[in-house]
Amino acid sequence: MNALFNSVSNLGAATRKNIDSIGLATLFLLRIVSSLFTGLVSFKQVIKQIYFIGNRSLIVIIVAALFTGMVVALQFYDTLVRFGSVDLLGSAVALSLIKELGPVMTALMVIARVGSATCSEIGIMRNEQQFDALDCMAINSYRYVMLPRLLAALFCVPMLTAVFDLVGIGGGYIVGVHIQGESPGAYIQGVMDTISFKDVLVGQIKSLVFGLFIMWIPLYYGFYLHLNQKNMGAEGVSNGTTQAVVMSAIIMLFSDYIVSSLAL
Amino acid sequence: MVKPIITVEHLFAQYGDTHVLKDVNLEVNPGEILVVMGGSGSGKSTLLNHMLGLKTPTSGTIMIDGVNIFTAKNKQLRNLRKKMGVAFQGGALLSSLTVADNVRLPLEHNTSLDTQTIDIMVRMKLELMNMAGTGHLMPSELSGGMLKRAGLARAVIMDPKLLFFDEPSAGLDPTTAVELDELILTLRDAMNMTIVVVTHELESVFKIADRVVVLFAGEVVANGTVDEIRNSPDERIQNMINRQPNTQRDDGEVYLNRLLNKDKN
Ligand SMILES: Nc1ncnc2c1ncn2[C@@H]1O[C@H](COP(=O)(O)OP(=O)(O)OP(=O)(O)O)[C@@H](O)[C@H]1O
Ligand SMILES: [Mg+2]
Repeated sequence: MNALFNSVSNLGAATRKNIDSIGLATLFLLRIVSSLFTGLVSFKQVIKQIYFIGNRSLIVIIVAALFTGMVVALQFYDTLVRFGSVDLLGSAVALSLIKELGPVMTALMVIARVGSATCSEIGIMRNEQQFDALDCMAINSYRYVMLPRLLAALFCVPMLTAVFDLVGIGGGYIVGVHIQGESPGAYIQGVMDTISFKDVLVGQIKSLVFGLFIMWIPLYYGFYLHLNQKNMGAEGVSNGTTQAVVMSAIIMLFSDYIVSSLAL
Repeated sequence: MVKPIITVEHLFAQYGDTHVLKDVNLEVNPGEILVVMGGSGSGKSTLLNHMLGLKTPTSGTIMIDGVNIFTAKNKQLRNLRKKMGVAFQGGALLSSLTVADNVRLPLEHNTSLDTQTIDIMVRMKLELMNMAGTGHLMPSELSGGMLKRAGLARAVIMDPKLLFFDEPSAGLDPTTAVELDELILTLRDAMNMTIVVVTHELESVFKIADRVVVLFAGEVVANGTVDEIRNSPDERIQNMINRQPNTQRDDGEVYLNRLLNKDKN
């Protein structure tokens, strides 16, 4: 009986803690967003962050997109050939990339390359009292540190997703046309005919939502390192970064499901 | 009787269930150097963080320049902070900016001075800190002592009325420590700043303090001039003073010779 009581009360405590952190994370986001209205955003800082995100992830995304497009084409080809409808290859590759794989894979790459780096950078800033210093200089950390990063992610992730889609469709072309010998005309026609404006829009909305989560969560874990981690220091930073990466990926995939089901 | 610029009254603070500050009362008068001294874990940094308004206490009040910092509105606090400079223990320079860009931050954000004027002011402050020619370096390229001095340059760039300094000489070699102590005295004398220093280094306490507040396990056990503290009958204070041999930190050369002689034996 006592054991049951304990486990129920532990569950309660864990739930409360989770609800607390969701509340705190929401407040954190609201503070970042509202700092938009308290003064000018440094354009220079936003550009710097856009450059940082692009620089860290563009090459990785191109390579990942190429192979993803190739393997998707390979798998679809294998299936479609059984039904004698290989001329649908272009449509199948393009649709799966634009609606699903492009946004998700891009987001995963950005989490790995940018989310982790951001969380450890912000965590180290917390450790070294850099946020305390900003407070004492009457500089708004939300506006000065967080906002440019969030805006840059909202700008970059949809862009990178578009790059992923295009390169992926190219990868599919290589497999479909050069390896399997399908006609180039049929592949390109398939791509052109099936993609509607709505498909592209949904893909872009997804990547915008992903961009929000995959920057917000690492920023949150880094900024509140002192509240979320038992130990600060290098160990806290590395634990926090791992948690942030896992959490970003899970929430990103969850939001993928939500947006997909709303869009269908 | 001068009116104190900082008043701390009945300040209690705790982390979880641990009580870290227990009824701390103190005053800082304009133009003086107050040193808060105490052993490791006595609550010095906690007290400083409360004075800076970075932490909320369990109870108690702190008035700085007529503003109650725990109840002040954001704008009031911001205006107050423009009159305060803080030099953190490790410098707390933003790691993504060069030294010069760090030092100019407060000017860029809180004044409308033009770039050229800011450049000149930054160069002057860096020179004052004996850091001329290091403006282009990144914080990761600086030594511990240089980080502290760069942090100090940033703290005084707005010519604040009030300066807070956490552990100016901790972890530095004796020569650099003495230099920093002298810098603090210069700031008080030349710029008429009121300075609050937190430290456990006795040598610098006795060198720079006008008045000393001794913290012991979160309580103020003494509050007086350097001489009063030195001659205090309180056993805890005498232990604190005597445990650290003074000869060890006379100056760089003596220290070096002592080390070399030891090696010969
Ligand atoms: N974030 C925290 N969470 C829990 N306890 C803390 C925290 N920060 C400090 N403490 C505890 O509060 C007490 C006072 O800490 P504080 O950092 O103020 O000491 P200090 O006098 O500055 O010591 P030092 O000279 O080592 O810097 C210590 O016992 C410390 O363990
Ligand atoms: Mg301390």
